Amino acid sequence: MLLDSDRIFTNLYGRHDFHLDAARQRGAWNSTKDLMSFGPEWICDQIKASGLRGRGGAGFPTGLKWTFMPKKVGDRPHYLVVNADESEPGTCKDRDIMRHDPHLLIEGCLIASFAMRANKCYIYLRGEYIREREVLEEAIAEAYQAGLVGKNACGSGWDFDIYCHHGAGAYICGEETALLESLEGKKGQPRMKPPFPANAGLYGCPTTVNNVESIAVTPTILRRGAGWFTGFGRPNNAGTKIFCISGHVERPCNVEEAMSIPLRQLIEEHCGGVRGGWDNLKAVIPGGSSVPMIPKEICDDVLMDFDALREVKSGLGTAAVIVMDKSTDLVRAIARISYFYKHESCGQCTPCREGTGWTWRVMERMARGEAEMSEIDTLLDVASQIEGHTICEFGSAVAWPVQGLIRHFRQEIEDRITSYRQGRPHVQGATLAAE
Amino acid sequence: MSHRRFHHPDPNATFVFTKETESQIAWWEKKYPLERRNSAVIPALWVVQKQNGGWLSEAALRAVGDRLGMAYIRVYEIATFYTMFNLEPVGKYHFQVCGTTPCMLRGADKLKSFCERKIGPKGQVSRSGTFSWVEVECLGACVNAPMIQINDYYYEDISIETLEQLIEDFAAGKEPKPGTYAKRQTSAPEGPATSLTDPALFDGSRAEPLKTIPGAPQPAAPEETKA
Repeated sequence: MLLDSDRIFTNLYGRHDFHLDAARQRGAWNSTKDLMSFGPEWICDQIKASGLRGRGGAGFPTGLKWTFMPKKVGDRPHYLVVNADESEPGTCKDRDIMRHDPHLLIEGCLIASFAMRANKCYIYLRGEYIREREVLEEAIAEAYQAGLVGKNACGSGWDFDIYCHHGAGAYICGEETALLESLEGKKGQPRMKPPFPANAGLYGCPTTVNNVESIAVTPTILRRGAGWFTGFGRPNNAGTKIFCISGHVERPCNVEEAMSIPLRQLIEEHCGGVRGGWDNLKAVIPGGSSVPMIPKEICDDVLMDFDALREVKSGLGTAAVIVMDKSTDLVRAIARISYFYKHESCGQCTPCREGTGWTWRVMERMARGEAEMSEIDTLLDVASQIEGHTICEFGSAVAWPVQGLIRHFRQEIEDRITSYRQGRPHVQGATLAAE
Repeated sequence: MSHRRFHHPDPNATFVFTKETESQIAWWEKKYPLERRNSAVIPALWVVQKQNGGWLSEAALRAVGDRLGMAYIRVYEIATFYTMFNLEPVGKYHFQVCGTTPCMLRGADKLKSFCERKIGPKGQVSRSGTFSWVEVECLGACVNAPMIQINDYYYEDISIETLEQLIEDFAAGKEPKPGTYAKRQTSAPEGPATSLTDPALFDGSRAEPLKTIPGAPQPAAPEETKA
């Protein structure tokens, strides 16, 4: 188990005060000026060496992303935009950082902005996080007052302004270009890439969008060294990570643990195990609703990191572990996720706008058993037609949960259909006519 | 996509900002470059929705358009796209029950049917005007499932009993405290702590200035070049 002394978010649960004095006592804002004195390249090199991969779901190396920004500031200013639009079902880690440890995030924003030569940073919170926004605004005001941000931030000679912005309830705004559109005061519809935000992002200026957790861990990595961070997890999956474990466990919780921790250990050590014991486990969605589920046989010994989960055709995503025990109606659980995607599709690309609604309707019928056997393959086919045929990754996120269900629990859908049919005349297409 | 329409649009209605609303919009506006003040449209609409009792009328929307120098259609598309903007009146206490899978697994369906019995049909204001409820998508408090957002704040780890109590309290004019209703601290596991118990984390030892910074460039180097 990860030692307390190696945990970055020491106030994850809000047992202590979030204000500046208490945060400093816990080590935030310690030697920030010294860290900045080594220059932007040094910071980027350290973050690269630490092996930090983006904590928002995609797992792209953070240090590398920072180096995509132009090396010199031209006539367009640089921006850092922090993605705090946490909406992936199952995920609630950034919320705890913002309401309990906001100063780690603000310090991270300063360091990351400095590393990318940005003088301005926007934090885009999801609209529903009102309490979190109040805390963050208060913490930002404290940081301004103490001279930690603003003109000559921390006495480093670097001018830095940080602003809090909020959305109004749209999952798609967690996609970086949709987020930028929304921040510009438009509908959150993703942009075509290229150009990538590092060339033309917010207001057409070079911009980097990073997840809250990726930014908030950087000051501690610099203070304790890249080598310390790479000491956790397997190669290519370095560091510590906040896991959110929800669903059918005895004690759901958020917890910071080392990467590559076995799933079973994570659940048994911190959550009191699966409800009704490990053998009562049916399946787990290991990385937020968009990743395919894995059945118990895989859960028995799978490690929680990017590579191990990809090998079992799932993903670490945001490390939001949704546990489902034997009492779960998996078809209904996935049908509800399909409804989520239908509700949240931005409507820009046809395969997604139409496909999400179609997928949800078929899933609902399958949950009742009111479907044809052949539709299972049609569903798979349609899902694969949505995947990769849209501007953003949302299309894939729609397809993966359905594919995961059919891959591992096809029998369950078939049984549902068979039992629905029992005692009923088989009328081909009778229920399909309306669709 | 969610389909949303305005409630009884009245072309002759007008909407005036209160002083408080105006000063808040001005505060938001200052966060963005002058020529990019459209960026403030979402926060501005949110402030205006608060003033208007929790929903946006078409007149309110036109007022925001005029205030920020935006075409009405641009504001209209924002208001219909983002689901936190209510386009019809809501109750004084607006319950948003999270129904997405993590909450569903822990009993959100029961909360929904309880709301239906106690408050009335989804999306309709109760007869007294005190309550309304809707089902919403994941609110991002999944380890505290099931949960409900009531007006601005999250009420977490809700059971039927606590929900009944909450409704009674609100009806009686009390303001029950937000947060978790289980015996736990925010998102920590119930029962004994499994992490963050080491007192050394909080005794100030971490605030001591760092003697060395790992991986730092050799401190002597710049002086040598000077010499």
